Amino acid sequence: MPATRPLAIGLLLVAVLALVAAPFLAYPVFLMKLLCWALLAASLNLLVGHVGLLSFGHAMFFGSAAYVTAHAVKVWSLDPVLAVMAGSASAAFIGLVGGLLAIRRMGTAFSMITLAIAQLVYFIALRSPFTGGEDGIQDVPRGRLLGLLPLDSDLTMYYVVLVAVCFGFWLIYRTVHSPFGHVLAAIRDSEPRAISLGYRVNQYKLTAYVLSASLAGLAGALKALVFQIATLTDVSWTTSGEALLMVIVGGVNTLAGPLVGAIVVVAMQNYFASFAEVVLMLQGLVFIVVVLVFRRGVVGEWKAWRQRRQAQASGAAT
Amino acid sequence: MSEPLLRVQDLAAWYGETQSLQRIDLEVHTGEVVCLLGRNGAGKTTTLRAIMGLLARCQGRITIGGQSALGLVPEKVARLGVAYCPEERGIFASLSVEENLLLPPVLAPGGLSVDEIYELFPNLLSRRASGGSKLSGGEQQMLAIARILRTGAKLLLLDEPTEGLAPVIVEAIGRTITQLQARGFTILMVEQNFRFASRLADRFYVIDEGCVVESGDRHVLANDTARIESLLGV
Amino acid sequence: MNLFDIPPAAIVGQLMVGLINGSFYALLSLGLAIIFGLLHIVNFAHGAQYMLGAFIAWAMLEYLGLGYWWALLIVPLVTACLGMLIERTMLRRLHGLDPVYALLLTFGMALLLEGAFRLKFGATGQPYASPLEGGIRLPFAYLPAYRVWVIAASLVICLTTWWFVERTRFGAYLRAAHENPQLVRTFGIRVPLLLTLTYGLGVGLAGLGGVMAAPIYQVNPLMGSNLIVVVFAVVVIGGMGSIIGAIAAGFGLGVVEGLTRLLAPDYAGIVVFIVMLLVLAFKPAGLFGRGDL
Repeated sequence: MPATRPLAIGLLLVAVLALVAAPFLAYPVFLMKLLCWALLAASLNLLVGHVGLLSFGHAMFFGSAAYVTAHAVKVWSLDPVLAVMAGSASAAFIGLVGGLLAIRRMGTAFSMITLAIAQLVYFIALRSPFTGGEDGIQDVPRGRLLGLLPLDSDLTMYYVVLVAVCFGFWLIYRTVHSPFGHVLAAIRDSEPRAISLGYRVNQYKLTAYVLSASLAGLAGALKALVFQIATLTDVSWTTSGEALLMVIVGGVNTLAGPLVGAIVVVAMQNYFASFAEVVLMLQGLVFIVVVLVFRRGVVGEWKAWRQRRQAQASGAAT
Repeated sequence: MSEPLLRVQDLAAWYGETQSLQRIDLEVHTGEVVCLLGRNGAGKTTTLRAIMGLLARCQGRITIGGQSALGLVPEKVARLGVAYCPEERGIFASLSVEENLLLPPVLAPGGLSVDEIYELFPNLLSRRASGGSKLSGGEQQMLAIARILRTGAKLLLLDEPTEGLAPVIVEAIGRTITQLQARGFTILMVEQNFRFASRLADRFYVIDEGCVVESGDRHVLANDTARIESLLGV
Repeated sequence: MNLFDIPPAAIVGQLMVGLINGSFYALLSLGLAIIFGLLHIVNFAHGAQYMLGAFIAWAMLEYLGLGYWWALLIVPLVTACLGMLIERTMLRRLHGLDPVYALLLTFGMALLLEGAFRLKFGATGQPYASPLEGGIRLPFAYLPAYRVWVIAASLVICLTTWWFVERTRFGAYLRAAHENPQLVRTFGIRVPLLLTLTYGLGVGLAGLGGVMAAPIYQVNPLMGSNLIVVVFAVVVIGGMGSIIGAIAAGFGLGVVEGLTRLLAPDYAGIVVFIVMLLVLAFKPAGLFGRGDL
């Protein structure tokens, strides 16, 4: 589709410019929240949309990385870069262990197992002194990036987060469009066929799962630095549910979908901030409506609409 | 000639985007045994499934007992007096033989009673408590045919009843079909086994690439054997 | 006559608590197993529907003056009808699609229900009077009458449901439709109706659980979500879609939890999940699972 390449590049440039200029137009903390959530949603989208595995417990990666990073910076005084890497690595480890147990089962059973493992993580977080229980880990210092750049300024932090999140998105993009990514898509479309072609399907799925976990962990680690706090909410199923909502609303298996979904959901959270129950009801309603009527999500519907228009245009031309 | 029990006209059918049946025209009269012959993938099974209402996308006309049946859901087609015995037999592993046998509800009077069925298929009686998955291929085929005889259906659609079975069992099934015909059942049968078909069929149709390419009665089958067989790629 | 230095009264006490919890685990897992077995969807709204049942019982008492025994009869019917409505209007549309969508729909319903009730009632509970006072006095323990009733009734309901699915004609339809719904339709059985009735049955069981829970746990909007994640773990342990698995794992894990609370109280909250991990490691399909799910 030659006509869309310049358009795609143009959109990308606009997006990059917008992101760079954004903190001068909106609160940097709000934007950073958006970016972290978008990365979490994107990591989940990789698994749900591209591999076809519905993980119900992604909060366990997000939250545990937040805890590890918070602890690393506050108690061990690690450099933020190392702390973030530690957080992401611990999420990857949990992903490995959980994945080894869950990957063997297909479809719904997999989802249930991820949910239960996430609950286990939640309970451990609740009771463990390391996490500070109900209080969480508070007053996390942001530190100095590589020992040089102080991150206390929200503006500076924003650009650091922007770079990290863009790296995450870039990694996802490269994965999806690599031979590895093509095999994953084949597994999603027909696992028996992929097996018959000789692929070690479980290894591929596990690798994707661990990758997704690390990226969710990256999001959580960044979040801990941005908000300087790591709490139980980060590992709770409400976080998992919200990530899933972003993926579904934005559009499964699209690259921009998670970002759009994050914007919608975070905006909804902010608007109704004092009415947590209303947020819950709205989220439920959105799930129901999207599943029944807008299954392709915002970005998916937009893409379908564009395809229809293109078909009409080319049809009219001939 | 009286109104046929089953009449199919201009039937076209699709599996998703692929057109599987181009144009099928056939008739089955009450009391007949009619055979659908043809190569693998010609559309014979698809024809039966279309009649039974199992295909999502169909066009044309299907009339059963004078009533229009195209586009009806399978439950409604069944209530028109049609019963279906699929190629894979569909014996439920989680049910016993007797549960399998008694599963299809009686929809109309005139079906065989359980005792009559056990008379026709004595080996099922001795296996009645076994799990469905424990039966041999031949026993499963017998059971698959047996269980649709209770429902009161007059038109039986049998898909490859002899596939993969030993010659002795094939003989037995042949005898069963003859007995069923004697009891007043009408049978539309898909068969790859030409010998088997030619002994039982009153009439036949040859289907190739979704169309009826040849039809005739048992005399044609007997006298023109070589030509018909060549159509089947035998 | 102490066991491990623990007085027998405490042992019996914890066993009772364990069996009570186990009763609810079993009842709810049973409903989930039935729904999953035929419709292949995980009914995430199950906890919320259980909570709804408890609230309807409370409302019947509060506004209509109808007590527990009326609620026991009416609430399951009401929730079952609600379930059938949901299946007919919403779940049916998702029928041919990936079961993930139905899962997300029920998840959305759970959020909606819980949010709505939390909005109206907050997080505090409404009391519900126990319909059975008194108890049985044994030499070393006291068994409250209502709790004995719950355990006995749950057992009876579970076994009746098992009998219904495994031994009746209707149950045969359910089991056959699970294996090959298209073929079952060709026999003239209205499978879509069967699906609706089955979902209704599952939701009815959830509502029934809610009524029985009302006098024991407070009737509050969070009672469903607190319970449901443990119930999911129980279902995974028992084997998804297995009725016997749901019953055995439900009661069994209740007892295990009770004993853990006695011997190692810090682990009581997570013992179910630890058991789940162990079962998954050695028998991925669950204790009674058939591996085809």
